[in-house]
Amino acid sequence: MLPTWLEVVLRAVAVLLAFLVLPLLVGQTEHKVMAHMQGRLGPMYAGGFHGWAQLVADGVKFVQKEDITPARADRWVFRLAPAVALVPYLVALAAIPLSPSVVGAPVDAGVVLVLAVIGVGVIGTLMAGWASANKYSLLGAMRAAAQLVSYELPLVLAVASVALAAGTLSLVGIAEAWSPWWLLWQLPGAVVFLVAALAELQRPPFDMPLADSEIVFGAVTEYTGLRFAFFLLAEYAGIVVFSLLFAVLYLGGWAGPLESWLGWLWTLLKGFVVAVVVIWLRVSWPRLREDQLQRLAWVWLVPIALFQLALTAVGVVMTS
Amino acid sequence: MSERDGILPGLVRGLATTARSLTRHTHTAEYPDVSPALPPRSRGVIALTEENCTSCMLCARECPDWCIYIDSHKEELPPTTPGGRARQRNMLDRFAIDFSLCMYCGICIEVCPFDALHWSPEFEYAEVDIRDLLHERDRLGAWMATVPPPPALDPGSAVPAEVTAAAKPKRPAPAGAAPAARARPARPARTEGGGTPARPPRPRREAPTRELPVTPPVDATQVIPVTPPAPEAGPGTPDAGGPAPRLQPGEGGE
Ligand code: SF4
Ligand code: SF4
Repeated sequence: MLPTWLEVVLRAVAVLLAFLVLPLLVGQTEHKVMAHMQGRLGPMYAGGFHGWAQLVADGVKFVQKEDITPARADRWVFRLAPAVALVPYLVALAAIPLSPSVVGAPVDAGVVLVLAVIGVGVIGTLMAGWASANKYSLLGAMRAAAQLVSYELPLVLAVASVALAAGTLSLVGIAEAWSPWWLLWQLPGAVVFLVAALAELQRPPFDMPLADSEIVFGAVTEYTGLRFAFFLLAEYAGIVVFSLLFAVLYLGGWAGPLESWLGWLWTLLKGFVVAVVVIWLRVSWPRLREDQLQRLAWVWLVPIALFQLALTAVGVVMTS
Repeated sequence: MSERDGILPGLVRGLATTARSLTRHTHTAEYPDVSPALPPRSRGVIALTEENCTSCMLCARECPDWCIYIDSHKEELPPTTPGGRARQRNMLDRFAIDFSLCMYCGICIEVCPFDALHWSPEFEYAEVDIRDLLHERDRLGAWMATVPPPPALDPGSAVPAEVTAAAKPKRPAPAGAAPAARARPARPARTEGGGTPARPPRPRREAPTRELPVTPPVDATQVIPVTPPAPEAGPGTPDAGGPAPRLQPGEGGE
């Protein structure tokens, strides 16, 4: 048995490593998949083989750039915002199990913790937008806040339905209680979760807060260099977190052949497939207008999520 | 599918389209690694065959933006035979094209009577400084190596003038009375605007030695001259032989 402090350090390093590698993997996949979906090749030079090191090169570039804080900005808030946006996803990633044993920090009420910390991320965006002293940033931040508040509800309701079906708030417990027929039973909830997750990530088609043709780059307009890179990293870390969460909640996580040895790999694979779907949606669909976006959340997603909750309740009562 | 049949089919179609292009070939041209397949008659740069150039300056004068620079001087060649006449010829001192001004209209190439200028498909001659785009004759001459042979004609295009000229039946050698005999059927046709209104020009085209039609077909579209001069004035004089008398009648029809 390892001493506690060593175990803590090891787990922290492992989570940090995953936090740095997985988003890059998703980012590179996005580069390539998006390019080919648009009939292009994407990065081809960095690293030699099909531009595999493109994001590493991007990182080096960002490090070299000047770190600018606008003169009228609220200095400390401005500088702190990237961290506030980034750290919640790090915490969430630590709590998501890849298999019952492969998990950064086993938490009993993992679902609650993950949803709670993900909700914190929006504060980073709000801080960035407010502190930038830029009207576009402020607009972007307000849009982001409105969007995240709207989509938080269907997201939580959808997850509540799964938790209800499994009878536990533990992520490990939910994945263990999962059975293939949930794919049908929880389908409306899964769709709601996916759509709401996309909106939480502020990715196309829900990128109204960033809409570059209207408000430059939303809340992060004024950011440069590493701080800007952190916002980007937060976005891709968010994809990783939501994809893994989707895999654990709706796709049975590590359920698959050779579960006891390769369980973590199954979770990663399923999460990766979900991430590719997220990329695919970005390439295929146009941006929603702000009113359409709110309408979708309140007129469609919330009722569907409530319907799913009722359906789950009926199912649980009938089978118990 | 109409545009109004709902948002969902449209979204699904979007997904299908992107998924399909994911499996298809990309359109990216990997240019520096793979050189592009240029179409025939590509206009890359203008190459010069210095030996063909007579410094006639036609290209420089026709160039719309005057970006061709030619300097030359006259040189006297000694007579080749004793007592002969010394000859002069133009020696090219400088031939330069400023490609920062050139608009690649190709007029210089069209206008050169001596085939000294040619299109080369070579296009990789970018410079850091715009002033370095003024290329002198050695550089222009080096590009001659990249000039491709003329491409085959497109299907259905007109027969080139050179081919038509070469395919024309040879004229019989002028010997004795032949020119006079030949001249007779040819001439009246030429003067048809002058004296013989009913005579069509066509017979001239056909076998030149053929006899004149006795009753020429009336061409309805032919213009009848207002003031018919003496019909025999034109065709009559050539009978005498030489071309000189032809000048005398001064007919409009000639
Ligand atoms: S291509 Fe046109 S513009 Fe260029 S040198 Fe010839 S005539 Fe001048
Ligand atoms: S038109 Fe042709 S022959 Fe005359 S100067 Fe130009 S390149 Fe030389």
